[in-house]
Amino acid sequence: MHIPDGFLDVKTMAATAALASGAVGYGLKKAGEELGEKQVPLLGVTAAFIFAAQMLNFPIAAGTSGHFLGAFLAAVMLGPWLSAAAITVVLFIQMLIYADGGLLALGANVFNMAIIGGVVVYYIFAALRPILVKSRARFLGSVAFFSWLSVVMASAFCALEIAISGYSPVKVVLPAMLSVHVIIGIGEAIITTIVVGMVLSARPDLVKAYPLDLREEGKMGGAANEA
Amino acid sequence: MKHKIKAFVLVALVVSFLLAIFISPFASPNPDGLERVAEDKGFIELAEERVAWQSSPIPDYLFPGIGSESVATGVAGMIGVVITFGAAYFVAIILKGREG
Repeated sequence: MHIPDGFLDVKTMAATAALASGAVGYGLKKAGEELGEKQVPLLGVTAAFIFAAQMLNFPIAAGTSGHFLGAFLAAVMLGPWLSAAAITVVLFIQMLIYADGGLLALGANVFNMAIIGGVVVYYIFAALRPILVKSRARFLGSVAFFSWLSVVMASAFCALEIAISGYSPVKVVLPAMLSVHVIIGIGEAIITTIVVGMVLSARPDLVKAYPLDLREEGKMGGAANEA
Repeated sequence: MKHKIKAFVLVALVVSFLLAIFISPFASPNPDGLERVAEDKGFIELAEERVAWQSSPIPDYLFPGIGSESVATGVAGMIGVVITFGAAYFVAIILKGREG
């Protein structure tokens, strides 16, 4: 859902650019705090993986495809603000080198995908985590749901911006975008859950959003088995 | 249980290269969700208007001058993984430097 320049009018571009640069600017400050020694190469490889995975459009219906977003995956792995940095890097490179998404629309794309899809949805997840996440399975179930939600929310904001720009009525573009992206979101949920599940099996310490007490249980289980 | 990060990063990087080089040529060429909606609702032609940045060296994920579309896509993907890794790594170093 990379918006080209022509889909937005000047006021919507300006407003989303201001919101995005404010949020990313604040985020880079916060990201410094999230950044340990390990996170430097981890930020690099998360962004690289998301770039690669975003190239893989999968068919969802006749004549329509969808592709991975990865904002919630990045937030689960790195924390919300480093994820915003990772997604912003990906979007910037896609725009600059691959003509995917417009230069003037970059603010809107960062706002929709990195801030709404990544940061905002992550904080909703984090607020509900004490109730939702009580086991590894429930953690992965939550990851599936919120990664789905991140695509749906980002697409809703994308539709609203096109509507505010006056290029399509909100009652036309919003339901159209939502009905496609509730399907694309299922792909997002499958990919995100598989990737997080694999990292959790190999290196649970690298999944930042995984609750510490669940990690401890895992370790105690391991110790008990050894004994 | 203190692991090094290097092995994990290396494996994840190899996976990213495999996806970008060898799987990307098999990606669906159909329009994505937004493009589909823009076509159906009649505003897709706006995408050609007001294009502010027209100097992308690898437009549409096809490396120019390569006859085979699959190879052109794979090369575009490989380059993207290198650049994205480098750029994000660079951002992380800057952020870390500022912190310390």
